[in-house]
Amino acid sequence: MARILPEPTPETRHFWDGCRDGELRLQRCTDCNHTYFPPRAFCPSCASRKVEVYAASGRGVLWSYVINHRPRQDMGTEPYAIAVVKLDEGPTMMTNIVGCPQTPEALVLDMAVKVRFEKQTDDISLPLFEPAQS
Amino acid sequence: MKQNSVAVVGAAETTKMGKIPDVSVIGLHADAALNAMADAGLKPSDIDGVATAGISPVELAHYLGIKPTYADGTSVGGCSFMLHVRHAAAAINAGLAKTILITHGESGRSRVGAGGFGRAPSSLMGQFEMPYGVTSPPTMFTIPVLRYMKTYGVTEADLANVAVVQREWAALNPRASFKDPITVDDVLNSPMIAWPFRMLMCCLVTDGGGALILTSADRAKDFPQKPVYILGTGESVETPLISQMYDFTSSTAFKISGKKAFDEAGISHADVDHLMIYDAFAHLPLYGLEDLGFCKPGEAKDFIRERNTAIGGKLPLNTNGGGLSYMHSGMYGMYALQESVRQMRGTAAAQVKDAKISIAHGVGGMFAASGTIVFTNEK
Repeated sequence: MARILPEPTPETRHFWDGCRDGELRLQRCTDCNHTYFPPRAFCPSCASRKVEVYAASGRGVLWSYVINHRPRQDMGTEPYAIAVVKLDEGPTMMTNIVGCPQTPEALVLDMAVKVRFEKQTDDISLPLFEPAQS
Repeated sequence: MKQNSVAVVGAAETTKMGKIPDVSVIGLHADAALNAMADAGLKPSDIDGVATAGISPVELAHYLGIKPTYADGTSVGGCSFMLHVRHAAAAINAGLAKTILITHGESGRSRVGAGGFGRAPSSLMGQFEMPYGVTSPPTMFTIPVLRYMKTYGVTEADLANVAVVQREWAALNPRASFKDPITVDDVLNSPMIAWPFRMLMCCLVTDGGGALILTSADRAKDFPQKPVYILGTGESVETPLISQMYDFTSSTAFKISGKKAFDEAGISHADVDHLMIYDAFAHLPLYGLEDLGFCKPGEAKDFIRERNTAIGGKLPLNTNGGGLSYMHSGMYGMYALQESVRQMRGTAAAQVKDAKISIAHGVGGMFAASGTIVFTNEK
């Protein structure tokens, strides 16, 4: 069963194009310098429309998660972590943690993680995260 | 809103509760509505306002033959009914309607005439959460909790204890789905759903419904039941995405809604005799006690462990057994309101003696929304 995938909208297209091209893109307000996610055409902090897209570091820390023991059909048969990472630039983002066991022992809060793009289709790559040397 | 200007004069749940395979969603709404009308001594033609969530108020009105001057379809998840009460109180005060019916019905377990659970892949949830394997609420509502646990030193046993204490209340309620006593070990040995959440830390999935009828306090004294007045109300909304909650250790929507309700009611925490906190999962009462200001951040676990919320404690909490043991059809807020009304009428199965002020606090979605109602039986 094919994995459930996102369908980009005009406001989010730059993000998914970035994932396809191997770049984690965030938006920043050029008036108040606030970085935010998910994408939108204005700053949620000051409502300015003067915002820019930039390439983020792709680094962050594991902020919180659960390990789903009743896997969704398209996600395989083994338990997997559904995680939120806190990016170095500030925003939080849901993701999966790859490249390590899906156990409480391996998944330690505040451990450093970095993005790893996993291609799903020609258009869509998902921004997953893996443990990083901090 | 104006304190004590509006009252609940009709309140009832569906005739049956739990597993109801022979009634559809709209049928559950109607069954609860008819029971509430009987409770208030009213007919559909006496109702001039309708509010509901899950189905449209259009469906509800037409199904019951009501031709209203007021309709509220606010649908922000399980606390929608708290918002309906709040809006109805304002509407009655503004003269938009005189007698407002609020209904809930959900075939959560049997799924008779129920829609599916899904999000468009172009929605924010479809783009930024669904791809990572979230399924139903146990894999979303629970995501902030490890951060809360690490911040305040909350243990799995603390989460389990919430379910244990609520089961003690459920044992007093003949209509509760689960009544047998459980221990912390029982909870920690129940099947893993989404670590750190075990099955007994998650709500039931049942069928049922409930309905309320509100009118002005002036008219309320002419009804057969003891009026239950609305002393204060609050509401707020936060985020459609659990990953974007402002603070993983606290619900901003809870804080805003709770403060507004306390301010409107003009009461202090010590005035509250009875409390309902929507408990879809075991962490909700912890967040609720702290965000409503009954406990300092991180101290709710101790407050519950010291049996303040248990039978005989100073703040009886979720006295029907809660979503963890009583029932949970999907949008549980209606049942929290029903128990507050029973406590104020003095008719609850686990009646809190001499209770004069009760709060029903609800959550909608996965920390997406909140509604708070302060009830009193004194005017």
